[in-house]
Amino acid sequence: MNFPKELQYAKSHEWVKEADGVAEIGISEFAQDQLGDVVFVNLPQEGDEVVAGEAFGDVESVKAVSDLQSPVSGIVCEVNEALLDAPETLNSDPYGAWIIRVKDVTDREELMDAEAYEAFCAEEG
Amino acid sequence: MKLIFEKSVHGRKSDLLPACDVPEVEIDAKFARQEPLPLPELCETDISRHYTQLCQRVHGVNCGFYPLGSCTMKYNPRINEEMAALPGFTSIHPLAPAASVKGCREVLDTAKQYLCEIAGMDDMTFQPAAGAHGEFTGVMLIKQYHRARGDLARTKIIVPDSAHGTNPATAAMCGFEVVNIDSAPDGCVDLEALKAVLGPDVAGLMLTNPNTVGIFDENILEITRLVHEAGGLCYYDGANLNAVMGIVRPGDMGFDCIHMNLHKTFSTPHGGGGPGAGAVGCKDFLKEFLPRSVMMEGEGRIQVRMFEGNFLVVVRALAYLKTLGKEGVPEAATNAVLNANYLMRKIQGTFEPAFDRTCMHEFVLDLSEFKKETGVSALDVAKSLIDRGMHPPTMYFPLIVHEALMLEPTETESKETLDEAAQIFRDLFELAHKDPAYMQAAPHHAQIGRPDEVKAARSPILRWEQA
Amino acid sequence: MGSYVPATAAERREMLDAIGMKSEKELYADVPASMMLDHPLNIPSGKSELEVRNEMTKLAAENKVYDTVLRGAGAYDHYIPSIVKYIPAKEEFLTAYTPYQAELSQGILQSIFEYQTMICQLTGMDVSNASVYDGATAAAEAAAMCRDRKRTVTLISAAAHPDMINTVRTYCYGTNHELRVVPAKNGVTDVDALKEMLTDDVASFILQSPNFFGQIEDAKAIGETVHAAKAQFIFSFNPISLAVLNTPKEVGADIAVGEGQPLGLPMAWGGPYLGIMTATNRMMRKLPGRIVGQTTDHDGNLAYVLSLQAREQHIRREKASSNICSNEALCALTAGLYLATVGPDGLKEVAKQCMAKAHYLCMALCEIPGVELKYNGPFFHEFVTVMPKRDEVLAKLDEAGILGGLEVEDGILWCATEKVTREQLDRAVAIVKEVLA
Repeated sequence: MNFPKELQYAKSHEWVKEADGVAEIGISEFAQDQLGDVVFVNLPQEGDEVVAGEAFGDVESVKAVSDLQSPVSGIVCEVNEALLDAPETLNSDPYGAWIIRVKDVTDREELMDAEAYEAFCAEEG
Repeated sequence: MKLIFEKSVHGRKSDLLPACDVPEVEIDAKFARQEPLPLPELCETDISRHYTQLCQRVHGVNCGFYPLGSCTMKYNPRINEEMAALPGFTSIHPLAPAASVKGCREVLDTAKQYLCEIAGMDDMTFQPAAGAHGEFTGVMLIKQYHRARGDLARTKIIVPDSAHGTNPATAAMCGFEVVNIDSAPDGCVDLEALKAVLGPDVAGLMLTNPNTVGIFDENILEITRLVHEAGGLCYYDGANLNAVMGIVRPGDMGFDCIHMNLHKTFSTPHGGGGPGAGAVGCKDFLKEFLPRSVMMEGEGRIQVRMFEGNFLVVVRALAYLKTLGKEGVPEAATNAVLNANYLMRKIQGTFEPAFDRTCMHEFVLDLSEFKKETGVSALDVAKSLIDRGMHPPTMYFPLIVHEALMLEPTETESKETLDEAAQIFRDLFELAHKDPAYMQAAPHHAQIGRPDEVKAARSPILRWEQA
Repeated sequence: MGSYVPATAAERREMLDAIGMKSEKELYADVPASMMLDHPLNIPSGKSELEVRNEMTKLAAENKVYDTVLRGAGAYDHYIPSIVKYIPAKEEFLTAYTPYQAELSQGILQSIFEYQTMICQLTGMDVSNASVYDGATAAAEAAAMCRDRKRTVTLISAAAHPDMINTVRTYCYGTNHELRVVPAKNGVTDVDALKEMLTDDVASFILQSPNFFGQIEDAKAIGETVHAAKAQFIFSFNPISLAVLNTPKEVGADIAVGEGQPLGLPMAWGGPYLGIMTATNRMMRKLPGRIVGQTTDHDGNLAYVLSLQAREQHIRREKASSNICSNEALCALTAGLYLATVGPDGLKEVAKQCMAKAHYLCMALCEIPGVELKYNGPFFHEFVTVMPKRDEVLAKLDEAGILGGLEVEDGILWCATEKVTREQLDRAVAIVKEVLA
């Protein structure tokens, strides 16, 4: 299983990549594996406020739904709408398929680096 | 098989109406339909054959064993159907003058009297069209009650984690915050967990008893007492009344209101998904809040749908209650429990019950060990049962048991049927150890193989379209 | 009496022995003794099938079945073709549960898929669910689909059916949301008032057309007004009228709902009926309830399944937007069967005859001195008249086996369907004339 070094990870299995004041958020390979085939993603809208540790959307598989928790607080500045037509990219390319981009980040959850997250997953799995 | 649209031939029709005997009226072009009306065109033979073909691809409870847990698939008596088809019931306009509907009113009044006696309640509405609709109606009683007392602080409803999904969804529809509490390992209410969440912010508790694993919660009086002490009310999810009707009453367990699924316990057919009827009963102090009562805030009246409810379903239930009477009701309950225990013990030794104790009308098998041994899942077993001509049990419910299969045989199944079913389970247990791959690919002899549900959900095709 | 229990006393004994119990009482050992019912149920003894038949038949005979029905107001006396009564009574359709197990439920699933398609054909909308309870709950569920964090208020026309307004209001009261009623003027929605009420907290506006008074609303213009205010447009229709009137799609509906009872279901003193619910593709995943989808099985054969289940309560629990579980599947099957039986020409004929007969009745009544048409806009098959001696008129009609119109405000709301003949209408009119003479 892949845990890219340049990313930070939340306990709820989202990854974050911060650059130029914008945080890009997606779900980890471990998360997509646990979810099974993703069939739909409920996304927020541009301009929505997200709060660290709170749900901003959810992902549906055939028989389950899981909240997407934001690891940061801020304002959604971009939404990956391609996921609406191709939710399967969350399975095939979890680190390429970002879900939202957040600006004006004011707060962060406690995040893990790749190594710590890998250990965390090993415990959960 | 072909869709009805693929059988359509332009110009085919049935002659149903005489020619119009009054002058035709032109429709103002501004309001006239513009697009074509592409409905299928068939004659009556085509239609009769098409639907006969469809019905040959359906398994109803009157066709064979249907131990679908929590759904009480008992035999649906034919006399009830015939009574519900009487023109004196079917041809009545819902807004006809009171003097012309005395029979309808008496059907409701009598059904109310019988069902209140069975539930231990004082009053009842038949407006809700289904169980979940009844839950909504019932929890709205609780909401209105607290509002009427000016107690606006009660914003939470407690729901155990073993509950049906409709319970938390209902509480949310009534504007309450849902407080989930963990159940004890046997699916019963954990009294400590309950005490920990009770307080002045609790509006009530929603509970099923016998609970969703088929066990009667022996602490029930303590549970309802605790909730009442904290100022909350107790709602009884009466989807599972088949074990207790005529034996013990929700009203005597301390519940304040209840819904009963007439399409489960009271033998009315489920129609492939509905219509049902969710009669909602309550104690005297809540009756002023039943449908048609005045809303506590703002203006208007509480109403959960048009008119009086699914009346023809109540007609069927009344015919059933008249047939059973005071002797038959507890007899049916006792035999439902006997059948469930008998089947559970007959299967035990292969597939193991989640709880090795007397069950009520249903029981849950826990296949997690079996799956570890064989790689065959509860789903695989369910699909294999289809090959043996049996409707599978409820799968993966309740959520507190892993690899769960929930069986509810009901009282209308004979000993032979139960013996055969037990034998099928034993055979499948053996097969799983010999040829797990075969079971993992089941069903092999059904109308279709396992459908691709991922494809269905990712790229939904929800209607036929002309190629 | 009977309990439909096949087990004989000997078999019960054998089964008790097999599970190691001495008596049936032991089955209830978990129930605290103090709580057990200590007396027989206070209901009559069980009866034989013949006695039950006689009692039920007697109850049915206590109702009055009118020869002529001139009352609508949400429930309509249409002709139900024989085959439409016969097929839903087949035991397979009748006694199956919700088709959770697709492999032995293809017949039910396909019937629902066909229903969904026919409802889309009728309404012009993109997608239909497998039904909800009735037209009023469909409107209430539609209102819930439209709300978001910023837009929480629902508007409904005062000219909608009063029971529908109350139902939507009750559902809104449930979730602590506000419903505002847009007043009616001359029997139709007051568009000026609507414009003022379309504030930026409004999520949707519910319009019924033909409305409660039978009037055809200018739905297209109203839809444009609603959209201009960035709210969603919920359109409530009568399915028979759509054969000849603008479809919800044509008037720009985002969600279209209707009471499906006119499609082959008897009036049955109010139910079971059928809640039709359709939407545009954009709103598809917000639809409540069951939806059947087409897919393939592992061999590539066409297959039907309950789809998009992650929307539903058994998965989303308290986060589901609706708690609906059981719906009105058999009524949906009946409606699909009705539409296939009458076909496109047949449905248009039903609609045209309803309209022609209602207009004939209207003209004949309004020729009687003292009778006036209350609202003079275009109507489909219902209209309101004002006349003196209202109670006496209805009583005389009743005596003659005619269910007259419904008392509404200061008038009578009349309805005529394809089922009534000119002779029946003339007879009713003659009675009214006689009373008013």
